[in-house]
Amino acid sequence: MMQKIYDWIDERVDITPLWRDIADHEVPEHVNPAHHFSAFVYCFGGLTFFVTVIQVLSGMFLTMYYVPDIENAWRSVYYLQTEVAHGQIVRGMHHWGASVVIVMLFLHTLRVFFQGAYKKPRELNWMVGVLIFFVMLGLGLTGYLLPWDNKAYFATLVTLEIAEGVPFIGEATKTLLAGDPEIVGAQTLTRFFAIHVFFLPAALFGLMAAHFIMIRKQGISGPL
Amino acid sequence: MKKGKGMQFVGDSRITADKKKFIPKDYSEYPGKTEAFWPNFLLKEWLVGAVFLVGFLCLTIAHPAPLEGPADPTDAAYLPLPDWYFLFLYQLLKYQFAGGDFFVLGAIVIPGLAFGGLFLAPFLDKGSNRRPVKRPITTSLMILGVISVFWLTYEAAAHVDWEAKAAANKPIPPGSIQVDTESDGYAVYEANSCIQCHGGNLEGASGPSLIGIDYSVDEIKDIAVNGIGDMPAGQFDGTEEELQQLAEFIVAENEDH
Repeated sequence: MMQKIYDWIDERVDITPLWRDIADHEVPEHVNPAHHFSAFVYCFGGLTFFVTVIQVLSGMFLTMYYVPDIENAWRSVYYLQTEVAHGQIVRGMHHWGASVVIVMLFLHTLRVFFQGAYKKPRELNWMVGVLIFFVMLGLGLTGYLLPWDNKAYFATLVTLEIAEGVPFIGEATKTLLAGDPEIVGAQTLTRFFAIHVFFLPAALFGLMAAHFIMIRKQGISGPL
Repeated sequence: MKKGKGMQFVGDSRITADKKKFIPKDYSEYPGKTEAFWPNFLLKEWLVGAVFLVGFLCLTIAHPAPLEGPADPTDAAYLPLPDWYFLFLYQLLKYQFAGGDFFVLGAIVIPGLAFGGLFLAPFLDKGSNRRPVKRPITTSLMILGVISVFWLTYEAAAHVDWEAKAAANKPIPPGSIQVDTESDGYAVYEANSCIQCHGGNLEGASGPSLIGIDYSVDEIKDIAVNGIGDMPAGQFDGTEEELQQLAEFIVAENEDH
């Protein structure tokens, strides 16, 4: 049955080359932990992707309950945490995933750095990877405000003060993020929500696509 | 590889006339045994992912995501802290050479150089050597950076009493506390100045909330008379019997909520 569906589609759009590009390749021995246990360092990138998938899925479910509004944001999170079946687990996955993804990114960056895997021809992919790191930090920063509890509010206040202190563009940046030159309130929450849920994920998906296409194109770096 | 406008195509724009491509070294040229990605290697990755997921779920079940009370901009005593992975940047601004008058140095120049250097690493370290020991400057800069980040994070986190911070900021929905205003203890609470700082429903005002505290009757009696932290001594002005009623009332309300 599956084969028939596959053949039906393949006959019309020729998906076999696509499939070959994604899945049909050999994994060399030096990255395979089954042969050398120390090759587990090559798992960090894949685990980063895995946690990112967890973040995307848990985040999608969180928005089913979350209300980005200063009156209801905290109440909706509290409700999710205390009343909704498994709400605590889903929010816990998103909360801890945000930390774990930073840890995994950090380890993956160190692996690539110390192995010198960013050298020619992989310079572009390294830069895309560093941009993914920045986007992830931005996601952590904006997501931290969303529960609208005291730690979120005051941490954001400090962040915006730091942004404001930047010469020349500081005040404009603060206004862009907070929605007002002075007030940190309703506008700030909706802007952080929009950045966290739409802008940065869009950038992240684009960068991740570029990252993976380049890995398939260039192959993994050879043994040291 | 020939690129750009000078590229020649054989009628079909997908196929270049000049078939010279950058082709990475074939994996079969690497030493040792290769393994098919699909399905052999992917199955192993799947298993690693499953083990990882079990550990991750254990973490989320053992430690529910923290939530503090709703944002209260009037809470001037609140100690603001960013999430842990920003603590090192935050800590840097506390040093004299990187904060205050030198804010631009600590907020932009130092992090800018560090992260800019990371971003441009392939162009700063252009040699063909990949082994860390063969490129000592690059390696030592990275080790220095990692040590600095760990040290700054430790310095920022070590001086915070995280448990006291969490205990003082329990999530209590606004308007959800309804204490027994008919009790004798509440009359004492009202008659003394407690209500001014701790609120009509023990929810806290300029003073902390009295809901969610972990004190015995005797300890509360002692605090009411002798004060604690920012609370001065001599706030309680009544008989021993009233003091007992007050303390029992506060403990009873804590047991209810």
